[in-house]
Amino acid sequence: MMSLAHAISDSRAMAGRCLRRSLRDPEAFFTALTLPIVLLLLFVYVFGGALAEGGGSYVDYIVPGLIVLCAGFGAGTTAVAVATDMSNGIVDRIRSMPVFGSSLLVGHVVASLARNIVATALVIAAGLLIGWDPSGSLLDWAAALGMVLLFITAISWLAAAVGLLARSAEAATAFTMVLMFVPYVSTAFVPADTMPAALAAFAEHQPFTPIIETMRGLWMGSTSTGAPVGHEALVAILWCVAILVISAFAAARLFRERSGA
Amino acid sequence: MTYTVEASDITKTFGDHRALDRVDLQIEGGSVFALLGPNGAGKTTMVRVLATLTRPDSGWATVAGHDLLADPMGVKRRISLTGQFAAVDDVLTGRENLDLMARLRRLSGRAARARTAELLDTFDLTDAADRRAGTYSGGMRRRLDLAMGMVERPRLLFLDEPTTGLDPRSREGLWDTTARLVEEGVTILLTTQYLEEADRLADTIAVLDRGRIVARGTAEELKARVGGATLRLRLADGGALEVPTDGSAADIRRTLERLDAEGVHAPEVSIVRPTLDDVFLHLTGAADRPDPDHADLKEAA
Repeated sequence: MMSLAHAISDSRAMAGRCLRRSLRDPEAFFTALTLPIVLLLLFVYVFGGALAEGGGSYVDYIVPGLIVLCAGFGAGTTAVAVATDMSNGIVDRIRSMPVFGSSLLVGHVVASLARNIVATALVIAAGLLIGWDPSGSLLDWAAALGMVLLFITAISWLAAAVGLLARSAEAATAFTMVLMFVPYVSTAFVPADTMPAALAAFAEHQPFTPIIETMRGLWMGSTSTGAPVGHEALVAILWCVAILVISAFAAARLFRERSGA
Repeated sequence: MTYTVEASDITKTFGDHRALDRVDLQIEGGSVFALLGPNGAGKTTMVRVLATLTRPDSGWATVAGHDLLADPMGVKRRISLTGQFAAVDDVLTGRENLDLMARLRRLSGRAARARTAELLDTFDLTDAADRRAGTYSGGMRRRLDLAMGMVERPRLLFLDEPTTGLDPRSREGLWDTTARLVEEGVTILLTTQYLEEADRLADTIAVLDRGRIVARGTAEELKARVGGATLRLRLADGGALEVPTDGSAADIRRTLERLDAEGVHAPEVSIVRPTLDDVFLHLTGAADRPDPDHADLKEAA
């Protein structure tokens, strides 16, 4: 039987491989690094003037939304990487070796987490540089970052499952597009009550909104939905855990099916 | 006699396509066994089954002393996949590819580095060690692929069309490498479409066709079943004649004397050995060719 120590050691080796591959894809790496900063500057300086409500600075509103948007982009990268591995012989070589079978997936998820943490740090750093002024305490910060971590873990497993389902890198790319657009119909960039009723209903009930509102409430002291941050956090955690559990099981199962057995 | 692979009654069906139909296989320890067959014959499925990647619908097998179905981890510890069955990571360098394999075989950091350096040297890749595998030539890629399979010396090595697309020099090099592995005690299961390769490397050949093993034996035995050589005569009037022969001087003399007696004049005579096509046509029953009969002169266009 495979011991936990072996599973961890195999997953570490595979994560190292995935990280090396991310660093060697200059185009994707450059995009991943510049996207958070470009989007932040674009939203704050181009749209911010028109979007700012009640005199507050728009950068105070938008940081959580951008973190989610960048995580969506990162997940797309992960889905493509998984789909690429599944369509060549790497997966067979790994599975013919006495290693923890899912180490290939865990490696991709760990690399995805690392990429997303860097992107999140970039959004936060760039936000602080251009005047983002969160009022949260150290504890609020810890809770907000915990929310980010849970969210990117869930979305990374979702990406792994989608990458397995997609069968080709091209199909997996479509997933990036979905994840890049769904946050627009949430409270990421404008409060839901400024949208037409149908869109507002969607925005209020889709998972990105409570995740964004949890961060916003923790960092800025109030949510844009008016709901208490505790309530948003509960809904957000339920969404993330549900996505995480379903995606991880689906990924493990798809991996077994797709790789032959 | 000890067998590294003993498989019995292996059947695998995909949808309504029967990829393997009650295949029996024995591979003697320390030998090179070639699985020969056209595309779609079931070679890949058979390898995937023996390498624990595909579960057979029925049948049983032991590989390197471990039950394939009951103890797949035991099998995995003693085999290595190469070729189209197992890709090299193009984005990683040769050294990194080897290091990854060493770590997955649970060598410590230092042991992994040492083994990697040793393999780079053995497989003549030291100069290219820090270049991405994607920049390697075909021959270098095959060598890296083999080296990745040799991080821990396997009992059974799966080699897939090891020399397809290689220039003659690289091909000789690869054949030498294979011979060296056999000397080290590695049993090799080779799959190929090329009789020449099987001829050169394999001790035993099994011909797989539409999921069934239709023949097995040494290369010579297989060629004999096709009917040995053919005497090809270009006739003075521009026509041609093909006469089966066992290739011996006595047989050829007899044939030529008889042709002479019948007044057939041939300005050019050559001996044609059976090709892979002949073996397939014969063994797979695609051509309804009668057994060679020296009395029967067959006219060919």
